[in-house]
Amino acid sequence: MEDTKYKNGDALDFIMNMSSVPSKLPENLELLRTRVLCNNDAPQHTDTIQYSGAYAALGVDNSLRLDNFCKNFKVEVKKLTDEIIEFDMIGIDPALANAFRRILIADVPTMAIERVYIANNTSLIQDEVLAHRLGLVPINADPRLFEYPENAGDEKNEKNTIVFKLHVRCPNKIGQPRITVKSGELKWLPNGSELLGENRKPNAGSQTSFSCSQDSIPQFSDNPPRPQYSDIILAKLGAGQEIELEVHAVKGIGKTHAKWSPVATAWYRMLPEVVLLKDVEDELAEELKNKCPQNVFDIEDFGSGKRRATVKNPRDCTLCRECIRGGKDWEDRVALRRVKDHFIFTIESTGALPPEALFTEAVKILEEKCERVITELS
Amino acid sequence: MEHGSFSDQSKSTFSLVDEDHTFANSVRFTLNQDPRVTFVGYSIPHPSDNRVNIRVQTTGDPAREVLKDGCQELMLMCQHVRSTFDKAVSDFKIKAAKTKTVDEDSDDDMDSE
Repeated sequence: MEDTKYKNGDALDFIMNMSSVPSKLPENLELLRTRVLCNNDAPQHTDTIQYSGAYAALGVDNSLRLDNFCKNFKVEVKKLTDEIIEFDMIGIDPALANAFRRILIADVPTMAIERVYIANNTSLIQDEVLAHRLGLVPINADPRLFEYPENAGDEKNEKNTIVFKLHVRCPNKIGQPRITVKSGELKWLPNGSELLGENRKPNAGSQTSFSCSQDSIPQFSDNPPRPQYSDIILAKLGAGQEIELEVHAVKGIGKTHAKWSPVATAWYRMLPEVVLLKDVEDELAEELKNKCPQNVFDIEDFGSGKRRATVKNPRDCTLCRECIRGGKDWEDRVALRRVKDHFIFTIESTGALPPEALFTEAVKILEEKCERVITELS
Repeated sequence: MEHGSFSDQSKSTFSLVDEDHTFANSVRFTLNQDPRVTFVGYSIPHPSDNRVNIRVQTTGDPAREVLKDGCQELMLMCQHVRSTFDKAVSDFKIKAAKTKTVDEDSDDDMDSE
C-alpha cells in the first residue's frame, strides 16, 4: 500500500516545511500574540489567539501540534519547601494553566473531619460551632490510601474513615486557670469508633465497622494520621467544663466544601517584562530608579561620568505602573508587558500532601476527566 | 449526551454532566487548535446545574470523532506536562541536596581549621 505513507500528519508536515510557507509572524503581530501590553490606562491584547486559522491569511499556521508543544514546554522549579512550591511553567496556554489551578483548589481530594459525635460538651462553645471548627483542621493523612465514602454505601470501614477522639476536662478547683484545647488533643483510633461501649441506646449500632486495624497499613507505621498542626485552638475550658467527642474524617474534594481543599492557595501570575524603549540617562535614570517601589531598575556606570538605567529584576515587577506615570514622556521610555505563555505558579499546601505531589495529582485528574469523556463518546 | 442531526454529523452539541469550566475551557482550547474545527464554544446553561454544553462544528469530519481527538490531545499534553514537571522537581531536589552537602563540607573545613 503506497497510500499509507501519505497519512494526514505527514502531508501536513510536508506542506508546513515547504520553503514558501512563512513559519513566523511579522514582529509587530508576534508581539501582540505573545505579550500583554500594560499601558497606563488599561492593559491591551489580553486575549490569547487560540484559533488555528487565525493567521491563515498570512500563511502562518497557528494550530498546535503536539511535537511543537513538547519541544517548547518547560518547567523550572524556583523554590521548594515542605509547604510551598514555586515554579515557572513556560509554553502553555492559560486555559490549561487555569485548569490546573482550578483542579488544585476544587478537585484534588484530601481527608477532613466530616462527622462529629459529641458525647459531652459543657464548654462555652456550642456543639455546632465546635463541629465546624473541627472540620477545618487539616488532617495529615495520605488521601490516596483511602476511598470515597460514597463507594461503600453507608458503611464506615477502615478504607474510608479515620477516627479520632478528643477528651479534655478542666479540673473543678478553686483558682483553676482556663484550659486551652488544641488540635493536638485529637488522638487517632486505628481500630475505629469506641463510642459503642458508651452508647446506651439498644438499637444504635457501632459507629464504624472496621474489619482490621489501620495500624497494619505500612504507610501509617512511621507516620500515623494526625492533625497537621497540633497548636490550632479549638476551644477554651473553664473550671469543671469538659469536652468529650469522637470525629470521623473522610475523603472529599474542595468543590463540596473548602475544608477538603488541599491548598491554602494556588495561584499563578504571568511573567512581567520591563523594556526600556529609549536610553534613560543621568538624572532621569536616578528618577526612574527611585520611582519603582519594587527596585526593578538599576543604574549602570559606563565611564566618563555617564550613567544609564538598566532593568535588573523584571520578575519583581508588580505592574503598579508607577514608572510610566508622569506623562507621555515616561510612557514612551518604559514598556511594561506580560509574557502570555509564561506562568509563575505557586502552590501552598495545607500539609496532607507535599506541594509537588499535589500538582502531579492535579494533572492526573485532568487526564482522568479526558478519559471519562472519551469513554462516554465511544 | 449528544445533540446533533443524523444527516449532518459535522455539527453537534455535547452535553456533559459533572464537568465545568476546568474541562470545557481546556478542551475548547485544544479543539480550537485543530484545523478541522470551524467552530467550538461552550456554555454552562445554569450555574446550579453540573452541566456544560460544548458545541463543535467541523469542516466535514464527524464532530464526535473530532471531540474525541481533542480530549486525546489534551490527555497527551497533560502526560507531557506531568513528566516534565516530575523531572524538573527531581532535578531541583538533586541540585538542592548537592549544594547542601557542599555547604556541610565547607562547614567541616571551618571546624578543622
